[in-house]
Amino acid sequence: MTDSNDPTQTFREEAAELLADLETALLSLEERPDDRDLLDTAFRALHTLKGSGAMFGFGAMAAFTHHLENAFDQVRRGLMAPNSALIDVALASKDHIRGLIEHPDRVNKEEGARLLDLMAKQTGAASGPTGSGTVTADKDLGTPGTWRIRFRPAPDALERGTNPLLLLDELRAMGSATVVTLTEALPPVEEINPNRCYLAWDIVLTTTQPRSAIEDVFIFVVDDSELTIDPVDPEAKRIGEILADRGEVAADTVTDAVGRQKKLGQLLVDDGAVTEERIHSALAEQAHVRNKTDAAKAVVPASNSIRVPAERLDDLMDQVGELVISHARLKQLVASSADLQIKSVTEEIERLSNGLRDTAIGIRMVPIGTLFGRFRRLVRDLSQDMAKDVSLTMSGEETELDKTMIERLNDPLVHIIRNSLDHGLEKAEERQAAGKPPQGLIHLSARHAGTQVLISIKDDGRGLNRDRIRAKAEEQELIQPGARLSDADLFQLIFQPGFSTAKAVTSLSGRGVGMDVVKRTIDSLRGTIDVTSTPGAGTEITLGLPLTLAIIDGLLVRVGAGRFVMPLSAVEECVELPVKEDVRHTGRNFLNIRGSLVPFIRLREMFSSPLPADPYQKVVIISVGERRVGLVVDQVLGDHQTVIKSLSQLHADTKAFSGATILGDGSVALILDIGHLVALGQTFEPRRNVS
Amino acid sequence: MAVNDNQTFEALTFALGGEIFAINANLVREILDMIPQTEVPGSRPFVGGLINVRGKVVPLADLRIKFDMKQTPPTIDSRIVVVEIPLDGEPTMVGLLTDKVYEVTEIGGASIEDTPDIGMRWRPDFIKGIGKRRDEFIVIPNIERIFTSE
Repeated sequence: MTDSNDPTQTFREEAAELLADLETALLSLEERPDDRDLLDTAFRALHTLKGSGAMFGFGAMAAFTHHLENAFDQVRRGLMAPNSALIDVALASKDHIRGLIEHPDRVNKEEGARLLDLMAKQTGAASGPTGSGTVTADKDLGTPGTWRIRFRPAPDALERGTNPLLLLDELRAMGSATVVTLTEALPPVEEINPNRCYLAWDIVLTTTQPRSAIEDVFIFVVDDSELTIDPVDPEAKRIGEILADRGEVAADTVTDAVGRQKKLGQLLVDDGAVTEERIHSALAEQAHVRNKTDAAKAVVPASNSIRVPAERLDDLMDQVGELVISHARLKQLVASSADLQIKSVTEEIERLSNGLRDTAIGIRMVPIGTLFGRFRRLVRDLSQDMAKDVSLTMSGEETELDKTMIERLNDPLVHIIRNSLDHGLEKAEERQAAGKPPQGLIHLSARHAGTQVLISIKDDGRGLNRDRIRAKAEEQELIQPGARLSDADLFQLIFQPGFSTAKAVTSLSGRGVGMDVVKRTIDSLRGTIDVTSTPGAGTEITLGLPLTLAIIDGLLVRVGAGRFVMPLSAVEECVELPVKEDVRHTGRNFLNIRGSLVPFIRLREMFSSPLPADPYQKVVIISVGERRVGLVVDQVLGDHQTVIKSLSQLHADTKAFSGATILGDGSVALILDIGHLVALGQTFEPRRNVS
Repeated sequence: MAVNDNQTFEALTFALGGEIFAINANLVREILDMIPQTEVPGSRPFVGGLINVRGKVVPLADLRIKFDMKQTPPTIDSRIVVVEIPLDGEPTMVGLLTDKVYEVTEIGGASIEDTPDIGMRWRPDFIKGIGKRRDEFIVIPNIERIFTSE
C-alpha cells in the first residue's frame, strides 16, 4: 500500500492508461482519419501526459511528448492529414514515451532523435513553412512573447478546492503579468453564494516560456474552465487583442483597455452602437470559445470513478468471504432454534451479505475490451512483420470479467493470436488459390454463458493439421500409435509442453512453449479450453472462464466421511447409480444418460475411503464443454456458497483439488478440480476404443 | 546444517514421539487444542490434513513421519502448534501436531551441540542441533528444511 502514496507511481499508472487510450485512438484513426473525436482523444492524452509528466519530474518525456503534441495540433487544425506514416511515427513515439516513463535513466536517445526527425519530416512536409514555424517558435525559449490569457474558472471551482489566486501567482512568477479581474458575472450581494466563483481574469503575460508552460499552470482546471491563451499579435483585428496589445506598453492602459472592452460589450447589448464588424467579431469569438468548451465537455465524460489500489479490493473480497462463512455458521446455528425473531434477522443478514458479495464482485469487474484493445496493435505489428494482410475484428468487448483474470489472460491470448497469425493464416496468394479473400480474419469475441465467460479466438486460416498433430504425438509417445482419438482429444495435444508441429522455429512461434503457457494459465484460473477446427476453413479456440476467482456457488457432496464441493456451474444433473451398474465391477464404468454413454468415476475408490459405501450411491454428472463425466458420491448435501481458499505449496501435488473452503460448522472441505476429473474420465475412452 | 552461531534464542518446547523438540518461538503463531481435520486424499501422509485456523485453510503436518516415529492417537494433552515458515519465498502457515506443549524457554547457544554424525537414525539435515536442558536432550529441528525436502 505504500506505493500508492508515491505520486510518481500514481502518475505512472495514469500514464499507462493514457498511453493505452492514445494507442487505441491512433489505431482507430488509421481506419477513420476523419473522426474528430478520435483526434481529440489522442491530442488530449498527449497533452495530459506532457503536463503531468513535467509536473512529476519526467522532463525528457514531457519535452518529447511536446513535439508529438505539436504534430497532432497541426492535424487538429487541419494543416495535415493523419496519414498512416504519421500514425506509424506516433505509435513508435508512444512506445518511446512509455520507455521514457518506465526507465527514464536508460533511454535510447538515438531512437528519440530518430522519431523527432521523422516527425519533423511529417509535419514539415504537410504544412510547409507555417507549420514548422509554429514548432520552432515553441521550441525557441529565449525570445520573450506576450500572451493574452482569459481564465474563467468553473462556478464550482472553489468547492473543488481550486484556488485561482495561486494560479495567478504562478503566472506572475513566469514573467511580468498584468491581471485584470472581470466582475461582470457577479450577482447582487444578496444572491451571492460565497462558495461559488463568479470572477474571471484577463491576464497579459510577457514571458520567455513557451505557450505550453502557461497551459501547464492550468492543467488541473483546464477541463472545467473557460481558458483562452492567445499570442498578442500586432496585426490582430479584433478589439480585445488590440487592447491587450496596447497593454504591453503600460499596465494602466491595460486596466483601462479592459475596462473599455467591457463597456463596449455592454454597449453592444444596450444599443448596438458599435459597428457591425465588431459585433460580428465579438460574437464569433464568444461563440467560438463557447463551442470549444462545450465540445470539450461533451467529449470528456464527467468522471464519476475513483482510483482505488487493487489491494484494497482484495481485502474487501477477503472480508466479504469471511462474512459469507460466518453467515453460513449463523444459519446453521439458527436452524436448530425456534426463535422466530432470530430467524428473521438471519434472513435479513443473508440478504445483505449476498448483496454485499455481489457488489464486491461487481467492483472487481472490468470490461474485457480493455484487454482486447491491446491486441489491435499486436496484430497490426505482426501482420506487417509477416507481410500478411490481417484484419482483427471483435465483439462482446463490454463483457465483464474479474480484474485479476483479465490481467492473467493477456499472455495466453497473445500466444493464441500469434499462433493464428503464424500457423493458421496463410499468405495472400495461398488464400486466393484456396478461393478465400486475400485478407485474413481474426475474430475475438467474449460472451457470458451461465456462470462462465467464453472468450473465443477464431481465424479463417488453414485449420489444424490432424495428421501432423497425430504423427508428432506418436513420435513424442504422447499417444499410442494408431489410437483412435476424437478431434477434441487430438487437438488438446497441442497444449502439451514442447509440442510443436512447426517445421521451423520462427521469431514468433514454433518452440512449443506458447500453448503450454496457455494451458497452464487457463488451468490455474480454473478455466477450460476447447478447440474446434475445420481443414481449410479455420480454427476456433474457446476459453471458458469462471466469472470470479473468489466466491462460487458450489454443490456440497459427501464421499465416505469427507465432504467435497464442486462448482455448481459445472453440474448438469444428479442421478441415482443403478444397482446393476453399481455391482458390476468389470471395469466398464459407463452410464447410459438418455442414450449417450457417460463415463463415471467412483470418488470413494479414488479417495480410498475406508467407510462402507451408502446403499444408494448418487452420480453427479458434470460437464466441461462437450465432455461429461459422472462422479459417484455417497450423498448430495446441497448447494453451498463457496469462498475459495487456495491450497498451500505443500498440497501442490494433489491434482484432484483446486482449492478448499470452510463450511458452516467451521470444518474444511476440498473443492474438486472439475477439469482434472473430466480429463481423468476421458482416459477411459481411448481404452474402450482400443479394446 | 549445524547451529554454528552461539546465539541464545527463545524457543517453544514440546513433546513428540517421546522426544523433546524446541522450535524458535518467533515462528509460532498460535497453539490450538485438537480440532477436526480434513483429510486430503492423495496427499503425502506427512501433510495429510487441513485445518481451519481463524478462517484460513492451513495444512496440518505430522513431524513424526519425517522422524520415523510411531503414530499414536491424540491424547488430552495433544496440541496443534501453528507456525509460519517461508516456502518458496512465501510465508506459509502450517500446523504441527504435537503430543504436548511445555513452555517457552531460553535455549543458550553454549548448550547447543552440533548434530552428532553417528548415533542418529534421523536425517542429519533435519536437525539443527541438540540442546541440553537440565538432564534432558532437546532436539532442535530444521523446520524449513523439513518442509522443503521431498
